[in-house]
Amino acid sequence: MRDVAVVSYACSNVARDASHNETEMIVPVLHEAVETSGLAHDEIGFVCSGSLDYLQGGPFAFVAGLDAVGAWPPVRESHVEMDAAWALYEAWVAIQTGEVDSALVYGFGKSSPGDLHEIMTLQLDPYYLLPLWPSMVDVAALQACAFLEANGATERNLAEVSARSQRNARGNPNALRKGDVSAEEILQQPVTHHPLRDADIFPITDGSAAVVLAAGDLARKVSSRPAWIRGIEHRMEAHGLGVRDLTRSESTRAAGAAAGAASGNVDVAELHAQFSHEELILAEALGLDGATTDINPSGGALAANAVMSAGLVRIGEVARRITDGEADRGVAHATSGPALQQNLVCVLEGE
Amino acid sequence: MTDVFTAHHVIEYPGGYTRSVGPVIGRFLTGLRDGRLLAVTLDDGRVLVPPTEYDPATSAAVAPDADHWVEVGPRGTVQSFTWVSHPRPGKHMLDKPFAFALIRPDGADTAILHVVDCGSADAIRIGSRVAPRWRAERTGSITDIEAWTPLGDGEEPEPATLHVPAEDEQPVVGITVPIRLEYDLTAGIATTRYLKGLGEGKIIGGRASSSEDVYAASRGTDPKSGEPTSIEVEVRDTGVITTFCVVNVPGLSELAPEIPYVSAQILLDGANNTFFGLIRGCPVDEVHMGQRVKAHWADELKPDHTSIQWFEPTGEPDASYEIYKDYL
Repeated sequence: MRDVAVVSYACSNVARDASHNETEMIVPVLHEAVETSGLAHDEIGFVCSGSLDYLQGGPFAFVAGLDAVGAWPPVRESHVEMDAAWALYEAWVAIQTGEVDSALVYGFGKSSPGDLHEIMTLQLDPYYLLPLWPSMVDVAALQACAFLEANGATERNLAEVSARSQRNARGNPNALRKGDVSAEEILQQPVTHHPLRDADIFPITDGSAAVVLAAGDLARKVSSRPAWIRGIEHRMEAHGLGVRDLTRSESTRAAGAAAGAASGNVDVAELHAQFSHEELILAEALGLDGATTDINPSGGALAANAVMSAGLVRIGEVARRITDGEADRGVAHATSGPALQQNLVCVLEGE
Repeated sequence: MTDVFTAHHVIEYPGGYTRSVGPVIGRFLTGLRDGRLLAVTLDDGRVLVPPTEYDPATSAAVAPDADHWVEVGPRGTVQSFTWVSHPRPGKHMLDKPFAFALIRPDGADTAILHVVDCGSADAIRIGSRVAPRWRAERTGSITDIEAWTPLGDGEEPEPATLHVPAEDEQPVVGITVPIRLEYDLTAGIATTRYLKGLGEGKIIGGRASSSEDVYAASRGTDPKSGEPTSIEVEVRDTGVITTFCVVNVPGLSELAPEIPYVSAQILLDGANNTFFGLIRGCPVDEVHMGQRVKAHWADELKPDHTSIQWFEPTGEPDASYEIYKDYL
């Protein structure tokens, strides 16, 4: 295995970017990630992105991204129709082949132009589920309901997750929902999707994020403290909600074990929990304890969740804390599919 | 900053999206048409509903015609639920608040996601007993059950009305699902400038400060370098056909009601990218690469693509291949 590290990270989120098209939205983030990487644009060996055509209702959304990359002379490039955390996985594999030593990974998406909760219905089984139009939030709420019943957890436990997220997010310029709010105050808000309140549901976010990866000596040359990827795995379980145990995340558990999440202290964890209960399910699956691990210090996806970049943001946020010396070892998680169907775990470490 | 244009777009597949369901799902849907809930017994004895072509745990194939098919329900138990206080018109079957629930039919080991019509959120809980309310007219779709309804102690489920098959009726092989999505899209700063230019009879492009290359109808960056096209440049409405095609398919362009017509890429004078346009003003078989053309503007200019209706030959001598060879 080659040592591969995150050497730069940039992100930008807003509630609704009504001024810029996708290309214009991405440009500052890509430029910041490349400029702060210490690598010249033409030194980057591979470009990989994650985006979703349905968000803008047009085909080949990634082409807009390439306009922002600068793809001439032709660059070695790939794209996943998934969160860019999976683009990072592909880039990591590309670097493992030895053919390239560095990669630019980015994800972007505007959730505000359409009805995101409804758009995500289209990822469901088209025969049994789609004709009924359960929204993304309905599906999550079914999981939350089952989880509370099985674990004896209460809506207060959910509100505590949400309140901590909002408090942590106060220091994050890319967070949308933040403030000094208590669980009691959240519990006074109405339940909108039983058993979830608005505070338990991610805010609609337009945004993008980018990361530059570099291998071995190149990473050491450009970064004073690279955030080394010590393990990265993704696992998936059955699609049908009625055939799996919604109260646990076995795919996260398996990915975490394969990535070696528990083989050292976890100073910081960024979990792609788009709903409060998901953080509790994910923390259990990864064996994380809030007493010893700082969970979602950025505020997590409850503070800002730009679909297609929010998973990559989790990796970037852990990497930034390692590079800044705030943490020595951390775990980042990204999810895809309905009710935590597919999960990626990335273990990062400083030297 | 310029006022940025937005546009309301609708994506809708006329008549709905048609899907083949295959023999396993088809058998289940045929069961629904008959007013029955069918399931399959997997190798480990678990009873799977709704059936899939594979065992969700082992991926072992599930045969569509073996004797492991069983009938389950119609009574079921709610495993989990959420409340939909604002049904989505055109999407949800009910026009009043309802629950989505995971329901395990009696005799099954898995749950089916469906709709529960129970009046209020207080009337459903985990463990609630429910039964299907069948539509009278059933087509072989998951929506043949309009909703599940609460079942009191000792209460018998309402049976499905008898499905009287037509003489030539076949098993269900497909479904049609209407899909409609709406968007409010943002043109962005560069595209808005370009569109406003069209409304003034101008073709606006831009270039990055790091390059002399000018892009007509820029989306905001120089695609070679990724640098913002921050410098606005007007290009000419004359240019050279770099390549073209003769279209013999009707109905593709509102600006070209009759076939055959020509679509072309045009290297506008002063630009370093090609621009899409229709060619009129000469017989289709006289259109050629290198031909000089000029935009024909609409009588009434608007900030959209209808302002340039087509391009027509200027009669100037052809451009040499050297001029446009890098734009093919």
